[in-house]
Amino acid sequence: MGVITVRFKQPSAIPGFGLALGYTLFYLGIIVLLPLAALVAEAADLGFGGIWAVATEPRVLTALRVSFGLAFAAALVDCVFGLLIAWVLTRYQFQGRKLLDAAVDLPFALPTAVAGIALATLYAPNGWIGAILAEFGIKIAFTPAGIFVALVFVALPFTVRTVQPLIAEIDRSVEEVSATLGASRRQTVRYVIVPMLSPALLTGFALAFARSVSEYGSVIFIAGNIPYVSEIAPVLIVIKLEEFNYPGATAIAVIMLAIAFVVLFAINLIQAWSRRRFGRG
Amino acid sequence: MAEQISHAPHSLSVTTESAAVRTALISLALLFLALFLILPVIVIFSEALQKGLFVYFATFEDADAQAAIRLTLIVAGIAVPLNLFFGIAASWTIAKFEFRGKSLLITLIDLPFSISPVVSGLIYVLLFGAQGYFGPWLKAHGIEVIFALPGIVLATVFVTFPFVARELIPLMEEQGNTDEEAALTLGAGGLREFLTVTLPNIRWGLLYGVLLCNARAMGEFGAVSVVSGHIRGLTDTMPLHVEILYNEYNFVAAFAMASLLTLLALITLAAKTLLEMQYGEALARAPRV
Repeated sequence: MGVITVRFKQPSAIPGFGLALGYTLFYLGIIVLLPLAALVAEAADLGFGGIWAVATEPRVLTALRVSFGLAFAAALVDCVFGLLIAWVLTRYQFQGRKLLDAAVDLPFALPTAVAGIALATLYAPNGWIGAILAEFGIKIAFTPAGIFVALVFVALPFTVRTVQPLIAEIDRSVEEVSATLGASRRQTVRYVIVPMLSPALLTGFALAFARSVSEYGSVIFIAGNIPYVSEIAPVLIVIKLEEFNYPGATAIAVIMLAIAFVVLFAINLIQAWSRRRFGRG
Repeated sequence: MAEQISHAPHSLSVTTESAAVRTALISLALLFLALFLILPVIVIFSEALQKGLFVYFATFEDADAQAAIRLTLIVAGIAVPLNLFFGIAASWTIAKFEFRGKSLLITLIDLPFSISPVVSGLIYVLLFGAQGYFGPWLKAHGIEVIFALPGIVLATVFVTFPFVARELIPLMEEQGNTDEEAALTLGAGGLREFLTVTLPNIRWGLLYGVLLCNARAMGEFGAVSVVSGHIRGLTDTMPLHVEILYNEYNFVAAFAMASLLTLLALITLAAKTLLEMQYGEALARAPRV
């Protein structure tokens, strides 16, 4: 029996592997891994007790609740409207469809600070939308509702763009079969189409949620940043840094990363489960 | 025959909604997009131009505004080529070779996308800030990183890190190695092969990645805000200057500066859409989110 050698790299005629890999690892190391290691080291210095002490500060606790609660709500709303927009853009022909399709990526392209001041101006009590809502006694800007509006804006492309390719891929004959078997259009949508799209919707939700939790630029202008009311966790990180409280800032960052990781892990589990159940994802 | 043809459109209705439902759904989608996406863009230009074109252009004569524009151009001018070069090296490694730990490498390259902008700035403060790990050493040698240009560049490089690589990796994987192998068999050297065969194959994907990378580099706010120190005329990029002007209630100037960034976003979107329409075949098929 020969010795089994485990090769690091498959043989190839193409040159430059060592150089390209070396540079990739070097650059990745100094730009991404070293700074992240600093975060891990700082968190290790704090220890679990230190992080827990910061996490249970009332102001931090409220900010975490605001951040995660509103990110969840915004991702949910983006799933509903993302599905609707993706459906309309893929299935229907109408004037200006291409233009709208391109416009969906606007929140990706528009700098967050620009989106922030635009939304704050629109929804302020004297703004175009804010003035109309003020007549009904509804206040958006400088309340948690303002944060929600900003998050719905920044995360929308994630749900649209994850669902859209799947809608385009749906085999129309499946819908025909469903109709032939006597299903109404409503039943076909409810029992055939939505289950087919649900794994993509879940992915879209996860991406939208992750983006919303970490969002800063578009939120701070419309939020008003009132402690215990409309203050998000990233704002608290900035405040702690301005006080040169590095451990405090690190603790909040680590807690945010941990909660986001748990949520995304849970979503992955649900997805693995639904893939087993429905055969594909 | 004629009767059958007239029935044809009817048979389609089993795989679509009734005209009324269709109109309602389209209207709802249009209303949502108009309210949430189009209106903010209109309000930017309307606020910037509320006192007329003369006042609008006058805001750019301010020395601090010009310094902010210059700094943004410098930062993007350093960060984008760095990430472009890295993107080519990373995609060459990952797409052209089989090796262990490849998927881990791909995950690590994508990592900056899943980190909050504020945390992206924080990690550099922890390294290079006054009380950071290298802080005392940098201070002893008179090197400024945080609250100076190097910190802003580093934070920008971090947040735009994956753009070019993640566009090129799937594209080069789809294209395979046959072109490269043919060129090598015909006697081309490694560098010549890359410049005459690989580079032309990936040029549209490369441009696509650079466009998105540049838009983000010029527009980044959170990460840069943490490391910049907001020194007017010195460490103020365009998005940071928008914030300063807005907080000073100087709305015309704030929205004027914002309108430049909006134009950049609109041009980026237009170029991206054009690339997808014209050269969709030469871009990665993988969905991008």
